[in-house]
Amino acid sequence: MRADLGLIEPWIERDTNVLDLGCGDGTLLAYLQKKKSVQGYGLEIGEEEINECVRKGVNVIEHDLDEQDLTRFADKQFDTVIMTQALQAVRRPDQLLDDMLRLGRQGIVTFPNFGHWSCRQYLLFKGRMPVSKTLPYYWYNTPNIHLCTFKDFEALCEQKNIRIVNRTVVNFAYETSQMALRWPNLFAEMAIYRIVNNGESQNV
Amino acid sequence: MAAFTLDPHFQSPIRKQQMSSSFPNDSVGLVEPQSLKFDKALALVCGKVLEKYELVYETYGDLNATQSNAVLICHALSGDHHAAGFHQPDDKKPGWWDSCIGPGKPIDTNRFFVVSLNNLGGCNGSTGPNHLNPDTGELYGPDFPIVTVQDWVESQSRLADALNIKKWAAVVGGSLGGMQALRWSLDYPDRVGHAVMIASTPKLTAQNIAFNEIARKAITSDPEFYEGHYYRHQTVPTKGLMLARMIGHITYLSDESMGEKFGRDTKSQAFNFGYGVEFEVESYLNYQGKRFSQTFDANTYLLMTRALDYFDPAADFGGSLEDALAHAKCSFLVVSFSTDWRFSPERSELLVEAMVKAKKNVAYAEIDAPHGHDAFLIPTPRYMAIFSSYMDRIANEVEKSES
Repeated sequence: MRADLGLIEPWIERDTNVLDLGCGDGTLLAYLQKKKSVQGYGLEIGEEEINECVRKGVNVIEHDLDEQDLTRFADKQFDTVIMTQALQAVRRPDQLLDDMLRLGRQGIVTFPNFGHWSCRQYLLFKGRMPVSKTLPYYWYNTPNIHLCTFKDFEALCEQKNIRIVNRTVVNFAYETSQMALRWPNLFAEMAIYRIVNNGESQNV
Repeated sequence: MAAFTLDPHFQSPIRKQQMSSSFPNDSVGLVEPQSLKFDKALALVCGKVLEKYELVYETYGDLNATQSNAVLICHALSGDHHAAGFHQPDDKKPGWWDSCIGPGKPIDTNRFFVVSLNNLGGCNGSTGPNHLNPDTGELYGPDFPIVTVQDWVESQSRLADALNIKKWAAVVGGSLGGMQALRWSLDYPDRVGHAVMIASTPKLTAQNIAFNEIARKAITSDPEFYEGHYYRHQTVPTKGLMLARMIGHITYLSDESMGEKFGRDTKSQAFNFGYGVEFEVESYLNYQGKRFSQTFDANTYLLMTRALDYFDPAADFGGSLEDALAHAKCSFLVVSFSTDWRFSPERSELLVEAMVKAKKNVAYAEIDAPHGHDAFLIPTPRYMAIFSSYMDRIANEVEKSES
């Protein structure tokens, strides 16, 4: 089982409506369908991934998050809108965040932490953009065009008047540690945020 | 007869005879049309009543013990019951959707019992304008009532009754066929497990209707049309039907596919500076139009285009497709093709969005294919993969509930 599934599942209520932005091969939705009997929909662009969703019996809709906007869906049409490991790869993560909380009552976001000590060390000592096992791309070919740190993300949430309900910080194996809990922006490789709109959003 | 395909056998008007003595392994092989007569009157949406009618159909594969593996194929504008296999050992071409129906194909006849019929108003065996009107003793001609997609679904449900099929594992169709699949899901929600809508739309756009109107005008303005009573005059509005088909055919292809096949190729090396056929594409269109006009009935063409125009299931629900879909209980597969400008991907997306709003199960893929609307008949790899995956899932469900 993918480790993040167990971390996300408790935040999803039974028999609710879930939208997964960039749902991949549908693993998360298939899991939530089974565990929480959700009515789930996934948006995906990868051909193989879409086919795999169809095979699994996951509702998948071909949709390019960069090219197509989400106005096709109505306000608060979903209970939860999830985006795992895609925020850093889209053209306008800030607008997508707005959309998530427009479409859903709550949002769940996971992304890699660029503030992790290994990234900082790489840049500090090598003077070059970090390349690692978990972020194995070079600056010119990376799909991760909007990498950020936890602090960056949280600042954006504050600016948008988005309330962070929960935050789980982990390493890439989805395990947590004392160090990560104490200094997340330095020692956690990834975070899973549960967010809601704090009243009216103040978009800048 | 192929519905809209860019005829792969087309070389020149004189074609080589291709004799096929044995069939490919993935073919359903020799098939024989069957026919059923219905005596129970069918009240049509237009207000008229068909007292009696006949439906011609074909079946492929075997119905299982619990009658749970039946798949209904709904045809498009110029299709008919002959969807797969061959009628004669030396037939040059198989049924119109042979690419998708057969052993190991997306609609796997080793697992499904497939029913494909000629719709009412058609011209290939089922009761239509070229049949005898019992009231007059003459052929119906223009007096054949206009039937709608809803009427077809009603007649198909009676065929299902007659075949002892309580619920279709899936109702599947492309283009106008997809509209029937949608209508099935709304009119008989308990009798459809899955609806597969390929290159279809929830309703025609003004541009679509305009193309249909030009096609109709081409037919009705042919002097040989005689207001639809051309049978009485032992003639056929060949020119009008040919022109209608030529216009239609262009809209089923794409600029890309026509460019690839014909480009600006000419018949002869130098221009003749006249108005005869100069370009290959002209030759092709003339050939297609002529062939079609020899095999298809003009009154049926008029009727089918009208059925297309009228289709709009949301209209009964204040224009809300979402409200219309609230009645559906089945799961949907919706597929569109990138270069289809007759029923563009945007049309399919409207459907999908309404399905999501109505909280229906739906999978949607837009296939990147160069063939325009015709793409639904052409077995491109990604299309076949998605279609197969979905049908495979249905077959698994059926087989699981059987055991």
